[in-house]
Amino acid sequence: MKKTPCRIHISKVLSVSLFIFLLLSASVFSQEEVVSDEAATQVANTDQAANVAEVAAADIEGDPVAGKQIFNQNCAACHALNRKMTGPALANVQTRLQDEQGLGKEWLYKWIKNSPGFIASGDAYANQIYNEFNQAAMTAFPTLTNEDIDNVLAYTAAPPKAPAQAADAAVAAGGSGGSGSGISNELILGALVLVFGLLVVMLFLVNNTLKRIAAANGIVVEREKAEKRMPIWKAFANNQFLVLVSVVLLLLGGAYFAYGWMMQIGVDQGYAPIQPIHYSHRIHAGENKIECKYCHSSARVSKHSGIPSLNVCMNCHKSIYQVSEETLTEGKQEYGVDYNKEIKKLYAAVGWDEQNQKYTGESQPVEWIRIHNLPDFAYFNHSQHHIVGGIQCQECHGPVEEMEIMYQYSSLTMGWCINCHRETEVKVEGNAYYEKIHEELQKKYGVESFTAAQMGGIECGKCHY
Amino acid sequence: MMDNFKKLGWLIGIFALLTACADKNSPNYQYMPNMYQPVGYETYEEVDFLPEGTEAQKPVENTIMRGWMPYGIENTPEGKEQARLLSSPLVANDSLTIAENEANGSQLYTIYCAICHGDKGNGQGYLVEREKILGVPSYDDAARNITVGTAFHTMEYGLNSMGSYASQMNTKEMWQVSQYVMKLKSEL
Repeated sequence: MKKTPCRIHISKVLSVSLFIFLLLSASVFSQEEVVSDEAATQVANTDQAANVAEVAAADIEGDPVAGKQIFNQNCAACHALNRKMTGPALANVQTRLQDEQGLGKEWLYKWIKNSPGFIASGDAYANQIYNEFNQAAMTAFPTLTNEDIDNVLAYTAAPPKAPAQAADAAVAAGGSGGSGSGISNELILGALVLVFGLLVVMLFLVNNTLKRIAAANGIVVEREKAEKRMPIWKAFANNQFLVLVSVVLLLLGGAYFAYGWMMQIGVDQGYAPIQPIHYSHRIHAGENKIECKYCHSSARVSKHSGIPSLNVCMNCHKSIYQVSEETLTEGKQEYGVDYNKEIKKLYAAVGWDEQNQKYTGESQPVEWIRIHNLPDFAYFNHSQHHIVGGIQCQECHGPVEEMEIMYQYSSLTMGWCINCHRETEVKVEGNAYYEKIHEELQKKYGVESFTAAQMGGIECGKCHY
Repeated sequence: MMDNFKKLGWLIGIFALLTACADKNSPNYQYMPNMYQPVGYETYEEVDFLPEGTEAQKPVENTIMRGWMPYGIENTPEGKEQARLLSSPLVANDSLTIAENEANGSQLYTIYCAICHGDKGNGQGYLVEREKILGVPSYDDAARNITVGTAFHTMEYGLNSMGSYASQMNTKEMWQVSQYVMKLKSEL
């Protein structure tokens, strides 16, 4: 009687029947998908048409495709087309500069190739823009040729138009898809209930029919006889041996379950609290393969694995202000979460002003709920286990890279600790930490490899002091 | 027959009542909470009378940690030019220390830098490949002309879209990574 992540086992039974129903309803889903695909291609087509028109109208020489590559490689860290980042938004930068400042391409060549030098030379607009963007120095790009810059300008002049429209369409499609699947789930459940109901009714009907047939054939169901017989519970109560045996069995069974129930008290296996910001380990550690220690950096050097401070989130989320379309739809449909809103929660907490790309200085602590708690009287050290012992995070924390919502995978009981110390062989090869004790234990026990327990890993004082 | 159904119903009801208490959103009961819960403050614990309501406090202003020296160069373009001339305080003449520093730097690089800058330092990390983060330069970019000093300076303060890594690594570790970055640059 252990608490496991899947506590309600009836859900397993239901999921099997759900699967069967899903088989039947698959055709409905596939039709929906086809429709939304068509919508997507239509949007894409109109996009392309708009782009082509734009390029023709802008009359700027240069290859936007090559430009896009150069832009993504060199500029995109600080510039976006339609959004202010570290530097200004660059959509139609050439025409805008021409119209607003009367500055031509030559100005841009100079700026891009050597902006610090250009600012130092005292150009008025160069200094103005430098000060406007918090004096963030733009890297000089002397390696870019005029032709490269033309290509980039061609790309900025023909930005992918109407991304908002496409996004809206996709969101709408996603939304309807989400509600659609919700309805169909309810439908399936309803159908299940209906089928069970029908079965019960059928049983009654069959029973009645059988009785009627029996009556018609003149067979009397032996009711009266049965009533005359001694009721079974009376017979049972009269047999003292049976009573004794069943009482003993009941007590034993009760004790078994009571023991099981008492043993799970204080064990939080499967504990999965709702966190203030929906952070998906699946996306970060799984899909994007970010090292665990990137965020939990103190696991390398200390007892505590560390909850990352929000500046660590902002290392990436300064640039990543929204998730991709597919991720957004997936989140809404499968987990009921709008990931973009969660990123906004981060911005609110850390005090990041997206419009001006500045920290406001007004931050709020995020009250994460701690999942893995050891009792105060037990000592555990992350760096000792992970860095010295070479134990992977997943060995205790389970498949974190697949967890949408983090939960406690292991029981974290003393038995669990001891078991691992007894079974796990210490990785001594090439491990300077164990060199001396390895030599001594080799002499003492005459063994080449040993477990943590043999090294004293199950002595009380190792963890309780 | 109906009686049996009723009994079954009762059984299921009682079972449901018992199992309904298992709520994975709240922690389980504990036998002796006063032995389980620490008397002292736990890391990051909420403490209502402390500033910002948390156990985690910033160092008092104008104080530094024991054994740690401030970097001393400002986060400005001029500061960066100053940093360009710095040499790593770790560089020693014996090759063993250099190898150890590089090995450690390589491990840290894999954790913190490779996800964007790529395992080889060519700016093609996994996040760049997936187009999540764009515009990550290669270390051999001629215009940037990075040195061990600018690499450290950039890690200490961050630059544009890149954040500071001073909260994740200590000074020695950042110098080790800088040294490894220079090794990657020479191999590009």
